Amino acid sequence: MTTTGASTLARTGAPPRTQALQRFVRAYLHNRGGMAGLLVLVVFILMALTAPLWITENDLSAAAATGPLLAPPSPGYPLGTDQAGRSVLLLLIYGSRPSLAIGVIATVATVVIGAAIGLIAGHYSGAVGNVLMRVTDWFIALPGLPLAISLSVVLGQGAVSITVAIAITSWTGAARLVRAQTLAVEARPFVERARALGAGNTQIMVRHVLPNVMPLILVSSTLTVASAILSETTLTFLGLGNPTDVSWGSMINQAFTQGAITAGAWWYVLPPGLAIVIVVLGFTLVGRAVEAILNPRMAGR
Amino acid sequence: MATNIIGPTEGEIAEVDEAVRADRRPEPSAFWPYLIRKIITALVSLLVVLVIGFILFTIMPQNPVASIARASGKPMDAAQLEALQQSLGLDEPIWQRFITYVWHSITLNLGYSYGYNQSVASLVLPRIGPTLLLTGSSTLISIVIGLWLGARAGWRPGSLLDRISSAVSLTLWSVPTFWLGLILLIVLGTGVGPIPALFPSGGMITPGFSGGPVAEIFNVAWHLVLPCLTLVLVVFAQYVTIMRSSLIDELGSPYLLTARAKGLRDDDVRRKHAMPNALLPTVTVIFLQIGGLISGAITAETVYSWPGLGLLTYDALKIPDLGLLQGTFVIFAASIIAMNLVADLLYRVIDPRVRAQ
Repeated sequence: MTTTGASTLARTGAPPRTQALQRFVRAYLHNRGGMAGLLVLVVFILMALTAPLWITENDLSAAAATGPLLAPPSPGYPLGTDQAGRSVLLLLIYGSRPSLAIGVIATVATVVIGAAIGLIAGHYSGAVGNVLMRVTDWFIALPGLPLAISLSVVLGQGAVSITVAIAITSWTGAARLVRAQTLAVEARPFVERARALGAGNTQIMVRHVLPNVMPLILVSSTLTVASAILSETTLTFLGLGNPTDVSWGSMINQAFTQGAITAGAWWYVLPPGLAIVIVVLGFTLVGRAVEAILNPRMAGR
Repeated sequence: MATNIIGPTEGEIAEVDEAVRADRRPEPSAFWPYLIRKIITALVSLLVVLVIGFILFTIMPQNPVASIARASGKPMDAAQLEALQQSLGLDEPIWQRFITYVWHSITLNLGYSYGYNQSVASLVLPRIGPTLLLTGSSTLISIVIGLWLGARAGWRPGSLLDRISSAVSLTLWSVPTFWLGLILLIVLGTGVGPIPALFPSGGMITPGFSGGPVAEIFNVAWHLVLPCLTLVLVVFAQYVTIMRSSLIDELGSPYLLTARAKGLRDDDVRRKHAMPNALLPTVTVIFLQIGGLISGAITAETVYSWPGLGLLTYDALKIPDLGLLQGTFVIFAASIIAMNLVADLLYRVIDPRVRAQ
């Protein structure tokens, strides 16, 4: 009698990595929180991608707006209007674009910087590694928000500055994580075998260590998107974004600076904030689900 | 720790927690060498902060003279700009400017604000008190709630209370501080529908307030309620997470079995035996976070126009006043470094295993 595992392998003939992926997908489908988060993200991403198809420049232009000024929800304007008479609902839908885009791009930058530094620091564990970890420690001690504010001010208002500011202030977590994992992977015999067969430093790092560190990078990056979106909205709220862009942070910024708060215009402030909470929660749930599957030791903590 | 702008993710908290346990526990060595080593590390970090501040505010801005002219808000002619350039020492070599800058920082000369036409130190000094009042009170309340809830939730992982508190923590972590502040401000400060304005909508004291010192304390406390509540709601969940995971780590320990075998009530086993041990790593992590919280108060202070360092930073970035931003940046960084030092020393003091050496 053959074991079930061996017979599946014989039947499907799939390589081990494909099988691991199948196992992962099956486990993910059973994770309720993860599926809820994924559903939320799919809805928001579809909304962000299709927004330009049915929202015109005119709907977003403060000058061309025709609605009543700062009016509460009414049949024509389900979420009310802003100070310029634009529909809050349309602003809300269109505003998902910069928030998601900057969140994802900043995360990619964060993870690339963090993973590169962590990988090098873990591989060259001598002087180079020590120096890199010292630098990481110094960056951890820097105040995140003030540093990001200062960077955005020095680099000038706009999406690019915000992205750079987020990446520079948040790569340290990924770097420490990847370094620890690299040290663990390099202690395993197959790395020694590769070295004995003549593999160079770059080959060991890229071909042998990186694929093993990848799942961890994936998990940490999902959680990083959540905090990057929060950072993006915070910086935009403080007025460091592009003033003509429509985003969730800039909506709240305008509500705050142009008197919607004293007017009690809750319908202008509530929706963008709720959208932020839901999207951030979505990314966090997905990240935690992936983490629970890939690293069962972390589950339930 | 301040690995990103708004605070640590849950995974990071667990990670930091582990790191605290693994490498922060000082090797058993004499106290004084340990203290001196930690102080030197802190001073080096401070020097690095000054270097980064120097690069950020002195080397990177393309045209500091123009930005100062803009910050001062009045037009300047060529001769004035020339004079300004010279008074800033912009024609000196960079290393000389850096040494001057470090020397000024050591002597607490934080530079000059062209937006306010005042020295940065004289602007920063009166703002420290309000920020400490706000962050101090909200940290205390968050710790009390967080430790209590975290210990209860961690004692029975998977229980209803545990699941509810995890869900609440996760949701509150996803809420932007400034937005929560604005919502509370609209509902409780401005009033919506039938709800009247219960709390003042900003500032630290009613303008033109005159009354006895007791009435003044009450007035300030009245203004403190909303900003403090905002920060507590955003922060306490992190303490719940830390305390919970620390307590879960203690659950399997043999000494708890002994305590139960003695016939102690379940509550007493938790309070008298599990809690003190679980607190050990928690206290350290809390101190690591306080430094970050001080700068995290920027948005709360902005929303409630609370006259602290955060509001000063917001005003500086609106102008933009680079000199003032540099000053607040250094103060925020120094407070984080100081708190890290306190955390390191505290760990030694409260961990009996290390103290006994």
